Amino acid sequence: MKLKQLESLLGDLQQFSNPKVELEQYPTGPHIASRLLYTAENSFDDISNKVVADFGCGCGTLGAAAALLGAEQVIGIDIDSQSLEIASMNAEDLELDIDFVQCDIGNLGWRGQIVDTVVMNPPFGTRKKGVDMDFLFVALKVASRAVYSLHKTSTRDYIKRAALRDLNASSAEVLCELRFDVPQLYKFHKKKEVDIAVDLWRFVPKRSRGKKD
Amino acid sequence: MRLLTHNMLSCNIKGVTNGFPLRIEAEKVVEKQLEINHDFLRNIFPKIDWKAFSDASRIMGYHELPEEPPEPSVLESDAEFLGKFHHALLELHLEEGALICPETGRKFPVSKGIPNMLLLEDEV
Ligand SMILES: C[S@@+](CC[C@H](N)C(=O)[O-])C[C@H]1O[C@@H](n2cnc3c(N)ncnc32)[C@H](O)[C@@H]1O
Repeated sequence: MKLKQLESLLGDLQQFSNPKVELEQYPTGPHIASRLLYTAENSFDDISNKVVADFGCGCGTLGAAAALLGAEQVIGIDIDSQSLEIASMNAEDLELDIDFVQCDIGNLGWRGQIVDTVVMNPPFGTRKKGVDMDFLFVALKVASRAVYSLHKTSTRDYIKRAALRDLNASSAEVLCELRFDVPQLYKFHKKKEVDIAVDLWRFVPKRSRGKKD
Repeated sequence: MRLLTHNMLSCNIKGVTNGFPLRIEAEKVVEKQLEINHDFLRNIFPKIDWKAFSDASRIMGYHELPEEPPEPSVLESDAEFLGKFHHALLELHLEEGALICPETGRKFPVSKGIPNMLLLEDEV
């Protein structure tokens, strides 16, 4: 599938109808989402024929993109049932078979390393401190190949250090810096759109643990 | 929810030491066809907990899988086996029912195919 085609399919997805402030619900726009998944597939072969988990999937944009690029199985996980309902409808509209699970990522019970790749746009932790690192911690435990994630550029040094030192990453690379338009969903945002600098990261988990084969 | 997902999910209530596998209560199972991918099946096979998987398939009403894990060599030679493995792993969906923690008996409802694994405050 061509990048333009992927971007346009993602642009048609339904997004949060009543975003919940405390869960930092805003979608990854089709431009960034399509490039994230396209890079994962074409530069690193981390998507097609793989098991991909979408953490904090919201309305399912990243997971849908993975499925469109040929992931064998996609699992979308979010804490919020309303978002999951929209995500299910989006998947159905595109005729994609995606499994959804309602769960707090911080309490996810997970066996083994069946998941190859985790893709996510976690809450930045502006409402609940540390939630971005909770997501990264669990993602690096679950994935056997790679974790793709978006984090504020202002936290770059901290993320790199924490990932390598505490979170089981064997490598942590910023693939590119993006401008992320967080739309004015919330009253406390004064401007119409808040444009923040965000890094697209690729983390590789250490190989050793929990591998049977 | 497919059985591949079931093969990873476990109960994470505080104090539970063995929350895997979750017992399935099946009220409604649906089948959705998916193209078979032999390479994928060969890769995933060693990561599957066979007992949990084959028990789950029977609860979902599918009785074609052996109870004992087959030799990995069947994956090379036995197209019929691959077809059954594929069907049970990726084409059966638990649409309505529940997942039950093997240790505490706590029930996690599955509705419209989505298991609700949220924990209560005193379970975290
Ligand atoms: C920034 S949004 C990203 C949504 C979607 N992945 C996308 O890219 O469009 C963050 C998502 O994380 C979910 N979320 C927040 N806290 C969570 C938690 N503790 N566990 C699971 N999901 C959570 C929110 O409901 C929201 O859908």
